[in-house]
Amino acid sequence: MSLRISTGPHVLTRESTQTLMLDVLIALAPATVAGVYLFGLKAAWVLCASVLSAVLSEFVWQKLMKKKSTLNDLSAVVTGLILGLNLPSGAPLWLPVIGSAVAVVLVKQLFGGLGHNFMNPAMFGRAFLLASWPARMTKFLLPERLLGASQAAFGADMASGATPLVPQKLGLTPDVALSDLFLGNIPGTIGEVCKIAILIGFVYLVAVKVITWHIPVFFVGTVALFSWVLGKDPLVAILSGGVLFGAVFMATDYVTNPMQKLGQCIFGVGCGAMVVIIRSFGGYPEGVTYAILFMNCLVPLIDRFTNRRVYGTVKSHG
Amino acid sequence: MAKNNLKGVFVNGILNENPTFRLVLGTCPTIAVTSSAINGLGMGLAATLVLLGSNVVISMLRNFIPNKVRIPSYIVVISTFVTMIQLFMQAFVPSLYEALGIFLPLIVVNCIILARAEAFAGKNPVAASAMDGLGMGLGFTLALTLIAAVRELLGTGSLFGMPVMGASFEPVLLFILSPGGFLVFGLVLGIINAIVDRRRAQKLHKEAKAA
Amino acid sequence: MRLSEIGIFLFFINAAFSNNFIFSRFLGCCPFLGVSNKIETATGMGVAVVFVMTLASLICYLVYEYLLVPLGLSYLNTIAFILVIASLVQMIEMFIKKSLPSLYTALGIYLPLITTNCAVLGVTLLNQRSGYGLLESTLNGMFGAIGFLMAIVLMAGVRERLESSDIPKAFRGFPISLIIAGFMSVAFMGFTGLVK
Repeated sequence: MSLRISTGPHVLTRESTQTLMLDVLIALAPATVAGVYLFGLKAAWVLCASVLSAVLSEFVWQKLMKKKSTLNDLSAVVTGLILGLNLPSGAPLWLPVIGSAVAVVLVKQLFGGLGHNFMNPAMFGRAFLLASWPARMTKFLLPERLLGASQAAFGADMASGATPLVPQKLGLTPDVALSDLFLGNIPGTIGEVCKIAILIGFVYLVAVKVITWHIPVFFVGTVALFSWVLGKDPLVAILSGGVLFGAVFMATDYVTNPMQKLGQCIFGVGCGAMVVIIRSFGGYPEGVTYAILFMNCLVPLIDRFTNRRVYGTVKSHG
Repeated sequence: MAKNNLKGVFVNGILNENPTFRLVLGTCPTIAVTSSAINGLGMGLAATLVLLGSNVVISMLRNFIPNKVRIPSYIVVISTFVTMIQLFMQAFVPSLYEALGIFLPLIVVNCIILARAEAFAGKNPVAASAMDGLGMGLGFTLALTLIAAVRELLGTGSLFGMPVMGASFEPVLLFILSPGGFLVFGLVLGIINAIVDRRRAQKLHKEAKAA
Repeated sequence: MRLSEIGIFLFFINAAFSNNFIFSRFLGCCPFLGVSNKIETATGMGVAVVFVMTLASLICYLVYEYLLVPLGLSYLNTIAFILVIASLVQMIEMFIKKSLPSLYTALGIYLPLITTNCAVLGVTLLNQRSGYGLLESTLNGMFGAIGFLMAIVLMAGVRERLESSDIPKAFRGFPISLIIAGFMSVAFMGFTGLVK
């Protein structure tokens, strides 16, 4: 079972989808462990519900459509896990169940399965949930346990459970130490808070050549640069919210990013710029989801611009 | 024209050539005003009245309108009816008039109406044209109300403004926001296509067996 | 959303992105769904719409302000606007056929379709209802049309990519296009609140 889309020059070895997805799961492990450690058992339940729903939805769809099961390519597991890591720890379990079903059935299977979706399924799942139940999706809990810091380190305003982005939206500097932002001692979604765990995953993905550094570095670099231009602390901008997690795990999805290096750089810059625009001027405190979804829509045009080949001719090695 | 033929023309607009689900015309209002069932119904009925009126008048004038200027003439007839309906609704159902916004005057460019004028009323007698307008209009109304009912039910938990889903239901807000119109229309259309395909296949199967 | 209050840049963002003609105003959906299988044709349609919407906004403003209002016939705006648009399209067609034949070969086939594009009549009615002046109306028409051009080209890009995809038969064509549009509409929600 090989990946059915043009694998692009960034995949140098001809890996099967399964080993590829296994590598992504390994890379997600640190963030998953850190999230469960910080937010406790309820985070684990959210992740389980999300993964199970994704797998079950794929199974049921393929049974109903009388298609060959592709469950063991592990892509449904990855979609479910990434969606779960994008949810707040206190989410009721029906939230991940619906989100994963939407992501797998509507975004991926309806378009013909893995390799044919033009949007990142987990990202769309999250946007669907965010638009439908905004209060549930933005009610973040404080971590139950802390990494390398004492409980006293928390300022009073942190008890409210707002992410560090909310004071930034109001033009204030969040009252959090950089080390807490880095280690994940802040409210946020399960997977996004612990930056060190995300970075470990990033290093692994680059080391085993599942992704190249281009998209994450251009994405995060643009966020830092634009935030700095707008007079904000670039480090705080990178370390708060979902920029790192989005840049490493969602923007790098093969199927929904450009084929060529140049296109990937444009993609990364576009995502970063849009995140800063939404954070600074838009209606939401965070914009990673919308930025990636919008850039997903642009990918066919970016590809056309950077890649003179006709679509379809490269699709033959499936 | 025979009676059952008139009936056939009427039913044709609702089922076989349903303007929304089979011909996929007039997509803008189908997406825009279907966030509540009552708006969908109101829009559908307004378009039905225009369609009935324009079909009848165009059919009556069909032998007098020169072929070269027929499209502009149709547009004038249609927009006259639209303006009448608009003034009427503004006076008697102001809240619906407000809710439909510019999509009420935009009935003028609703492709269903011009398409029926061109394809049917310009070539057929008055009674049949009236039936065609009524059938097409009601087909459009049914489609709009169906899509709007799905969106309202999922997006607010109510139907025609009455809560039906119970207090513990947390509405899927997305369905009454802009993406909801596209998604529900697309899904309903796909499902109807699937049903029609299956029916057709069964029919072929039966015929093959009989033969 | 007045031009004088928010400046030309935010006026553009508002007309082209935050209140995109397709994704949040739902105007012009028929050509958006019907003429978006290929990037080339989508671009042709989009450019033709930019052309017509800009001019129609300008002329309809003049007709409303200097003809209908003085005569006390402002309730006839819909009829007047559609007649202006129909004749404008006809004139543009004749003009470019004669003087710009290469442009005519590129855009000619799209022009007749534009008369019944509800985005054109829609923008003139919106301009009038918002009380826009001459410059505001014209810019709103042009920027809104640029938003339409962007939407239809994005759509064509995605549809070209899906050509060889194994989409369930019942969903091919219109249904999947509507669902793609729904997805894009979700992505465009990121632009809400940019212009306050």
